[in-house]
Amino acid sequence: MTLPRRAHPRPLDIASGRVDLSHGGGGRAMAQLVEEMFITAFDNDALNQRNDQATFDVPPELLTGGRMVMTTDGYVISPLFFPGGDIGSLAVHGTVNDVAMAGAVPLSLSAGFIIEEGFLLADLQRIVLSMAKASKDAGVPVVTGDTKVVEKGKGDGLFITTAGIGVVPPGVAISGDKARPGDAILISGTMGDHGVAVMSQRESLGFETAILSDSAALHTMVAAMVAAVPGIRVLRDPTRGGLAATLNEIASQSGVGMLIDEAAVPVKAEVMGACELLGLDPLYVANEGKLICICAAADADVLLAVMRGHPLGGDAARIGACREDSHHFVQMRTNMGGNRIVDWLAGEQLPRIC
Amino acid sequence: MKYIDEFRDGAVAQGIAKAIAAEADPARAYHIMEFCGGHTHAISRYGLEDLLPANVRMIHGPGCPVCVLPIGRIDAAIWLARQPGVTLCTYGDMLRVPGSQRLSLLKAKAEGCDVRMVYSTLDALKLAQSLPARQVVFFAIGFETTTPPTAVAIKQAQAMGLGNFSVFCNHVLTPSAIAQILDSPEVRELGTVTLDAFIGPAHVSTVIGSRPYEYFAEEYQRPVVIAGFEPLDVMQAVRMLVRQINQGRFEVENEFSRAVTRDGNEKAKALVAEMFELRRAFEWRGLGLVPYSALRLKEAYAAWDAERRWEVPQDSPPDNKACECGAILRGVKKPTDCKLFGTVCTPENPMGSCMVSAEGACAAHWTYGRFRDLENSE
Repeated sequence: MTLPRRAHPRPLDIASGRVDLSHGGGGRAMAQLVEEMFITAFDNDALNQRNDQATFDVPPELLTGGRMVMTTDGYVISPLFFPGGDIGSLAVHGTVNDVAMAGAVPLSLSAGFIIEEGFLLADLQRIVLSMAKASKDAGVPVVTGDTKVVEKGKGDGLFITTAGIGVVPPGVAISGDKARPGDAILISGTMGDHGVAVMSQRESLGFETAILSDSAALHTMVAAMVAAVPGIRVLRDPTRGGLAATLNEIASQSGVGMLIDEAAVPVKAEVMGACELLGLDPLYVANEGKLICICAAADADVLLAVMRGHPLGGDAARIGACREDSHHFVQMRTNMGGNRIVDWLAGEQLPRIC
Repeated sequence: MKYIDEFRDGAVAQGIAKAIAAEADPARAYHIMEFCGGHTHAISRYGLEDLLPANVRMIHGPGCPVCVLPIGRIDAAIWLARQPGVTLCTYGDMLRVPGSQRLSLLKAKAEGCDVRMVYSTLDALKLAQSLPARQVVFFAIGFETTTPPTAVAIKQAQAMGLGNFSVFCNHVLTPSAIAQILDSPEVRELGTVTLDAFIGPAHVSTVIGSRPYEYFAEEYQRPVVIAGFEPLDVMQAVRMLVRQINQGRFEVENEFSRAVTRDGNEKAKALVAEMFELRRAFEWRGLGLVPYSALRLKEAYAAWDAERRWEVPQDSPPDNKACECGAILRGVKKPTDCKLFGTVCTPENPMGSCMVSAEGACAAHWTYGRFRDLENSE
């Protein structure tokens, strides 16, 4: 009797196969999926050790006053593929950005996959390869992971959870509660691109736009900003709820009011057009590759120049300032010359009918 | 954006604001009701009140179809969604509107009911085609603007022989509501509320034309200017109304001439007349029972009428007693006069009609303008 030399005599049927419950069962099928799909794609020293955890050395900055940051985020986006990205690249960019918004250098990521039985292996591979590319481009490896398969009907195709860790350089203390009256409010580019790109793909919407999601990793821009102005007060990426929700979060965390200028907020004409049709306000639409920066007014010009000098910050703009306000209102000077509140969103933003 | 940016030009707005300030007589006040939620939204979203002189006051009328739908009809929609085999679909902003017992269609969906958001009646039809084993009910709401698309959907369902599609009809009529407000004792007899003029609906008027308002202008001696929903449309309409009031005229003028004609859309009107008939009375949230103010499908189209297909409950649970929406919709009170406003009644937890949609008077004021109350009180 001859024993097979390899653990998995036949490779995964990527072309037409589907994920089944055995791929999450802890047996050979799962080992094969992990080996041929995930380890092959993510390929790095820590992961290649094939342990249940990744071990790594203490970063040297920690010995000289640096601090660690950790974050986690779940990705449940529908559709899984959208113009400008997919759930895989998004799961890398989103978590890298959450680490970076502390002014930190992201070091490594974990990835947990919850896959619905019946999911196409071809789609899974496309997503994993996109995720691996995003991770390599960002220089932030996926060092550990997990795979679960749930029965058909108990998941929506694929959910991914990533966690990230990073190191904040000594002397940097960026936090949402640091905005002060008089501080300048900057944003790194146009608002609403991601949300509109995703909505244009939803099946019930028949229009096609040329809008790509802005999904991108912002940590190199943040590194340049922190190097130029270590005293940046607040960084945050305006994802769900868009610019409006994020400014309100910061205003209430810091106990300040804000006044922004509608004319200064960059929005692409195509995004504005789609929002008009759908009855949405671009200030409330999600971004995945933009950041809000609050800094001392004197630092604003330097930071704007740094942002504009980075490939992801060409449209960076100074949109307003923080001010004293016991009610912590975010107000906006409209193009018409009147003022209005830019409030928290009530529930999910749903289109108006007329 | 072409045809949009032209109507959102800040410099032009400032110019019109100056003209209004110059023409408004400081010795008198101007009370102008914008009937439509679309206008209310534009005024609040663009901060137009800041551009008007203090003696020109905008009163937000009942023209938000989401707001005026009574609790009983929301309950009925939830009841329909709970029927076995039913998929209920409707426009997005209906999903959050609370019915009795703090239920809403969104909460019914969370309970397991099949509730879908659609962008058009066409989407609703497609849904019915794709779910042949289910009964797809379109929860139809809106003024004269959204009635023709509902009519077209039924015609198409008829042509396709689509037996699993029906409509829960809640279409209401603008002129009846305006008459109800003008006939209310506060306006007509007691004189406690001054309504000097109306900004007439934009989209509704594209369908019904400007002719139906001629009766109000004449009978109630109030000027009407039909205006588009862009901020410059509203500013220009205010200027035209100030001028009419100053000159003692009460005519129907059309600022929205790029879309509205005197007779409206004949084809749409004919289709609606062919398929719908008047209900003897219909309850409006905030206004109560308004005679001949809503439509239902004619007998010939009974097969597509959800109210005939199911024994839909016809209850009418009352609003919260402290809610002042009725008075606010008639201009008798302001949102801030209501004890519930901003305390227990907010857009996250609306108690009354004016808070349920972004176009309602209370929601618009809370969301965009409440800083003004604090400036006044501090």
